[in-house]
Amino acid sequence: MTVAAELVARVEAGDRRALARLITWIEDDDPRAHAALAGLYPRTGRAHIVGVTGAPGTGKSTLVSALAAEERKRGRSVGIISIDPTSPFTGGALLGDRIRMMEHIADRGVFMRSMASRGSVGGLSVSTSDAVRALDAFGCDVVFVETVGAGQAEIDIVRTAHSVIVIEAPGLGDEIQAFKAGILEIADVFVVNKADREGADKTANALKVMLDVGNTMKQRRGDGPARVPAPSAAEAGHHGAREGNFPAEAYAPTTDATEWRPPILKTVAAERRGVIEVVDALDAHWRHLRESGAITQRERERVEDEVRQLLGRTLTRRCVEAGGLERYAALVDAVTARALDPRGAVEALIGAWVAQRKEAG
Amino acid sequence: MTETKKIRVLIAKPGLDGHDRGAKVVARALRDAGMEVIYTGLRQTPEMIVEAALQEDVDCIGLSILSNAHGALFPRIVELLTGEGRNDILLFAGGIFPDEDVPEIKRLGFRGVFGPGSDTRDIAAFIRTEIAARGPVRG
Repeated sequence: MTVAAELVARVEAGDRRALARLITWIEDDDPRAHAALAGLYPRTGRAHIVGVTGAPGTGKSTLVSALAAEERKRGRSVGIISIDPTSPFTGGALLGDRIRMMEHIADRGVFMRSMASRGSVGGLSVSTSDAVRALDAFGCDVVFVETVGAGQAEIDIVRTAHSVIVIEAPGLGDEIQAFKAGILEIADVFVVNKADREGADKTANALKVMLDVGNTMKQRRGDGPARVPAPSAAEAGHHGAREGNFPAEAYAPTTDATEWRPPILKTVAAERRGVIEVVDALDAHWRHLRESGAITQRERERVEDEVRQLLGRTLTRRCVEAGGLERYAALVDAVTARALDPRGAVEALIGAWVAQRKEAG
Repeated sequence: MTETKKIRVLIAKPGLDGHDRGAKVVARALRDAGMEVIYTGLRQTPEMIVEAALQEDVDCIGLSILSNAHGALFPRIVELLTGEGRNDILLFAGGIFPDEDVPEIKRLGFRGVFGPGSDTRDIAAFIRTEIAARGPVRG
């Protein structure tokens, strides 16, 4: 049995050490990971993948920990991938999300892994997708991917999820800040966390207004996505009535019954308040994706995205390796010295690879 | 373009210490030395630490103790790691230890013991040297 095949068998058998090692190989872009993932691929596609993103300090890790607890109550096994930035200066990273998740550590139904972004272009979302797949094959029913919603790389990651939670908190300054980065458009569920703080209603209202504006524009253009309603307040009522919980607040009515309206939910994750409603909304969204058939399209977009990124990454590596690292460095030097333009360098690199292919046969 | 294998380190505080200033300083210093540092916070049981090390697949664990509980906690952690087949992980200890205990801590398998006043650069260098000596990581 090859090393990779042995690892596949161990992951399938539920060996946590094997899963941990597989994710390490994925992060290191080790060829053994590629072989193992190929073996595991047929076993994937079962988990509900949930992306969680928001500004630093909004309470992402605390919310994910609380959501994991609620998922466990519903009998589901949970995988968590928590991504923190790699320092561009030292290449190091401080991964502290476990501090808020240690309550699950003794629970064999929860597997958590911290990942550093490592800064390789396009590489982060590829390795995250692979790590999610590893958890999926391991048998996790739900996989949470948590990351700071600070840039395109992060948005790409959460786009690989089936359902996306965008988390906000009151008092983080100008509400408009959070809405700049195109993060509103990717949300399936909005959470206003720390809702016991002053300004929570204001934040929720700001979200509502921004969504209304976006929706009106989409309707005018006639290109709004096919969506169906979020759970109504009545559906969520059996939880909402509970003391200490916040009522699920279904957002502005639309006339189109096929549309998914992202609910805006208030939570105090540190006290587990409002968390049931968030899991209800995730369940409803997951159901909606499957029943409306939207899952097929999402899945296809996801796969295409990944294939394209992998293609770019693989070709980059092959082109650079074909000419050798010294030649690569020399070309970069030449561009820096204005002796060559960037596209010229790219053509030279591709040329080296093509020449190598021809030699090979 | 070169993809180097990152050294992953778990910094953990077993026991009931009330503060973690030292552990945080070390965590930060190792990050600045280019390592990926997983920090788990205060008041961890040996079981929690070993499970975290397992899931995170770390190359190295640094344990910080100020409360003199190392005599009970360190052997337990080593035992659990051995039970999980992960006694290959590099161990070091930081904090306050009576001089006469240091040989025993080393005998347990802790390759480095760093007391107050240790230079964090020495800790980073220690980890690099030890891990390099173990040959290719994560084989």
